[in-house]
Amino acid sequence: MNVADLETVLPFLLLATGGVALLLVDLAVPQARKSLTGWLAFVVALAAGVSALALVSGKTMKGFAGMVQADAFAYFADVLLCVVAALVILLSLRYHTARGLMRGEFYPLLLLSLSGMSLAVHAADLLVVFLAIELLSIPLYVLSGFARPRLESEEAALKYFLTGAFASGFLVYGVALIYGASGTTALGDLRAALLDNPALTSDALLMAGLALVMVGLLFKIAAVPFHFWAPDVYEGAPTTVTAFMATATKAAAFLALMRVVAGFAALSPSLAQPFEVADALRPMLALIAAITMIVGNVTALAQQNVKRMLAYSSIAHAGYALAGVASGDATAVLFYLAAYAFATLAAFVVLIAVGSTEGNEDHRYEAYAGLGRRAPLLGVIMALAMFSLIGIPPTAGFVGKYFLFRAVVASDLTWLAVIGVLTSALSAAFYLRVLMVLFMREPETAPEAEPAALAADAPRMVAAYVSAAAVLLIGVFPSAVLALLTGGELVALVR
Amino acid sequence: MTLLIVSPILFPLLGMLINALFGQRMRERVVGWVASFAVIAAFAASVVLFVQLSQSHGEPLRLTLAPWITAGALNVAWGFLVDPLSAVMMLIVTGVGALIHIYSIGYMHGDPRFARYFVYLNLFVAAMLVLVMADNFLVLFVGWELVGLCSYLLIGFWFQDVKNAAAGRKAFVVNRIGDVGFVLGMLLIFATFGTLDFETVFAQVKVRGESLAAVASLITLLLFIGATGKSAQIPLFVWLPDAMAGPTPVSALIHAATMVTAGVYMMSRAHVLFELAPTTQALIALVGAITALVAGSSALRQVDIKKVLAYSTVSQLGFMVAAAGLGAYVAALFHLLTHAFFKALLFLGAGSVIHAMHAAHGDVDPQDMRAMGGLAKRMPFTFLTFVIGGLALAGLPPLAGFFSKDEVLLAAFADNPLVFVLLGITAAFTALYVGRQIVLVFLGEPRSANAAHAHESPAIMTMPLAVLALLTLAGGAINLPGGGWLHHWLEPVLHEAAKPLNVGLALVFTLIALGALALAWVWYRDAQRARLEVESALGRFLLSAWHIDAVYHATVLRAFYTLSTICSQLIDIGLIDAAVNAVGRSARAAADQLRAAQSGFVRNYGLLMFLGVIVLVVYFVVVR
Repeated sequence: MNVADLETVLPFLLLATGGVALLLVDLAVPQARKSLTGWLAFVVALAAGVSALALVSGKTMKGFAGMVQADAFAYFADVLLCVVAALVILLSLRYHTARGLMRGEFYPLLLLSLSGMSLAVHAADLLVVFLAIELLSIPLYVLSGFARPRLESEEAALKYFLTGAFASGFLVYGVALIYGASGTTALGDLRAALLDNPALTSDALLMAGLALVMVGLLFKIAAVPFHFWAPDVYEGAPTTVTAFMATATKAAAFLALMRVVAGFAALSPSLAQPFEVADALRPMLALIAAITMIVGNVTALAQQNVKRMLAYSSIAHAGYALAGVASGDATAVLFYLAAYAFATLAAFVVLIAVGSTEGNEDHRYEAYAGLGRRAPLLGVIMALAMFSLIGIPPTAGFVGKYFLFRAVVASDLTWLAVIGVLTSALSAAFYLRVLMVLFMREPETAPEAEPAALAADAPRMVAAYVSAAAVLLIGVFPSAVLALLTGGELVALVR
Repeated sequence: MTLLIVSPILFPLLGMLINALFGQRMRERVVGWVASFAVIAAFAASVVLFVQLSQSHGEPLRLTLAPWITAGALNVAWGFLVDPLSAVMMLIVTGVGALIHIYSIGYMHGDPRFARYFVYLNLFVAAMLVLVMADNFLVLFVGWELVGLCSYLLIGFWFQDVKNAAAGRKAFVVNRIGDVGFVLGMLLIFATFGTLDFETVFAQVKVRGESLAAVASLITLLLFIGATGKSAQIPLFVWLPDAMAGPTPVSALIHAATMVTAGVYMMSRAHVLFELAPTTQALIALVGAITALVAGSSALRQVDIKKVLAYSTVSQLGFMVAAAGLGAYVAALFHLLTHAFFKALLFLGAGSVIHAMHAAHGDVDPQDMRAMGGLAKRMPFTFLTFVIGGLALAGLPPLAGFFSKDEVLLAAFADNPLVFVLLGITAAFTALYVGRQIVLVFLGEPRSANAAHAHESPAIMTMPLAVLALLTLAGGAINLPGGGWLHHWLEPVLHEAAKPLNVGLALVFTLIALGALALAWVWYRDAQRARLEVESALGRFLLSAWHIDAVYHATVLRAFYTLSTICSQLIDIGLIDAAVNAVGRSARAAADQLRAAQSGFVRNYGLLMFLGVIVLVVYFVVVR
């Protein structure tokens, strides 16, 4: 190990040490001023993001004997994850006070989970993938149940833990099988081994291992049929944790998934692009993407609760991104994930603002009636978020879907793009329903009771403006994001 | 220089902007004078440009402000052109426009939407200038559509009355029909010449000449359809009489002096094309002449003071269009110019009468001539100027209308006997309805309390009347027979030989006009005749302008409504809506099915996940 090794995972190191240190610091912070811990976590997240931004380059570096890899994709994901986490922290301050959740350990746990995500996007070895997935998951189990003694929160944590443990079991077993078949867990070596030894490509042990590793990762991105936990957990968890899971976790797991897929690219030895999908994987990925898009969007249609609808929306968007993975265009996928993350975060700003009021947290559609007129800023932000999630210009969602479907069509999966477009049209029904309720419904309670409760909250407003601006700016200047993503040139996901 | 060329457009736009932003908070007088000075400034700029143009002996001034559309072969710029033809139009638009702005300050006094009125009026002047200053067909079309918009807004200015709003809508829809022709004509020009620039198109016409005859016939026919909409010719003239629902100064400016002459201007501008298409030319001359006769005869039985003038305008536009069809563009433009003076004068005079009738609180319709009479004594100045305008319209020497109408008749006499006869009859009708109107409105005894208590209008309204009356008296001098000033001025654009005065013809028509005026005096001295004649069959026929509106209702409109009903009931509701609803219903049904899988039990989730694992493993190990 040397200093150069440390540099390859610098954001992870900052987050992990910051998280651990914050656990200790928090002991000295009096209960009445726990927001100080939040602000410190905010600073750590920003510092990690800035370090990633400073390190972005077109070069690919390996570290720790090839266990981790630093490239433009990883740094882009780092920046995205840290910005999202920082915004979630801003949203948490007021929300947790209102819900009686202002406990110091929330922020260290968030940072530790974030460090796991950062490690996942740098992973170049199946063992690191497993380690990172566990590191990001375990704090999330705790965070899902953070609203104890609220029963739904407890239930969400337990369900998430049980199903998550189930999925992790498959993941680690898959890693073992792959090691048994090929003698390596490093993705780069695996790729080389497959190229050297074509007999390996039809090894049942290796293929079973691949299937099981895929299960573990598809679970994290909530692809059908490994999505069942998502609606229950998203609905039960504190809304801030839901926002974090729906955006950051998904992005991290997707990049890990793409690295694994790239490791097996040599299943079709003719491929030589930086990221490609072996013909053996493509039909299955495309099929899962199609089913996920359909199930996510169609089920969202039947929901009566905005928070739960957004859970199904996150499933549906995992389907879109997975279609991008099947097409083999990593840039389109990451761009899409960024567009999706900011739009979803913008929607959660509104949910958290509603959740920050006194009284029960109510996310049924009826509870949102007339909100757009009572709080026009929130209404506009929700409108932007919904338009972006549908994919209407000039929002980020439109450009994201454009790049994505273009890649899908280019890889001869036109039928998949058709399903994507049709389900997008369908999704307008439930996304626009939110806006209809927001702007065209009369509130069910007396309006004079409400305005005071929705008092302005400066950090929340900052988060609102940043996410809304991101939705618009990514939509209007996509090339700036693409430049950051590719670091000026194409990079290899696995070397 | 750059700024000078566009300044006639910019001044009214500036005035519009000021009144649109601050008009609500400014006093009425300030709003009115801001708008008026904007147009006066535009007039001054036009005069400067006119002087420069005459010093450069008609060498046109050009300005390309910015590129507009660059799409493949299509290149259109915001290009403006000041040549002798557009210079004359600019002077008319800004000159008459300024007078009518000033007049409106008095006429619109106390209107709750005073500022909005002047915003529209300023916008109209700017749009009309874009139309006449354009150096290509598309920019001309921008102005063409903008003046149409202003016309719509101002006809329906008092939209509280549904009738006025409906009149505005009718004008808009009817003009749209003509616009389709214009747009198709433009597309054909682009397809044929690869450009929409006047200069390039006309230069190509001169080079390619007769080989273009067939396509030129089609292009000019389509452009003429556009002109029948804007310049109110058969079959699209029906909107103009209804357009009298707007304030009277609007009728004077837009629906008499300027906008409705856009078609005549456009045909003169594109005369090179029209000269290649003798068939279209003949058709245009005939349509113009028939329009003149139909509208002129309809004016004979109108009872509304403004409707008489409206049908008269349609009829006079028919004269201009007929002249353009005969290739006598100078005569058409000369008549356009004099008509702008005397018809604006007549409309403003009528406005003065309506204003007085309205102010003298009574219970009659202030526009009904049957309730007037004897106003000459009560409004002597209005009377005097109205008579000057009326006699000019009737074509009596030495008023402006005499010379211009004579030139049109002379052209018809030389080329087309049928057109000549139609226009000749119309000329007699013209003098007759002018006489009838003057007698009914101003002479005899008052026939209502309103008329008995009417007073002369304020100076701000009579002053423009005086100026227009002077122009009407002396306007003929700019183009005396045998090649007057206007002829020479337009020479570089129109290349037309002047015709000498035909004394015999002039004398005959002067006598016809005098005879018709005398007949009107004899018939209408006793107002009883005016009351009875509209009840006869012929009266009803003429009052409703040959029942053309009813014919349109029974044929075109009914067919259109039937088609609309089929589209909305069968296709939209029956087919499209039903299909969309079915998709929505099945999606909801599917959603309810899928929801059932989300049981909430972790054991079920685990089982379903495990099934997924099996599928994946089997696929990767076996199927692949």
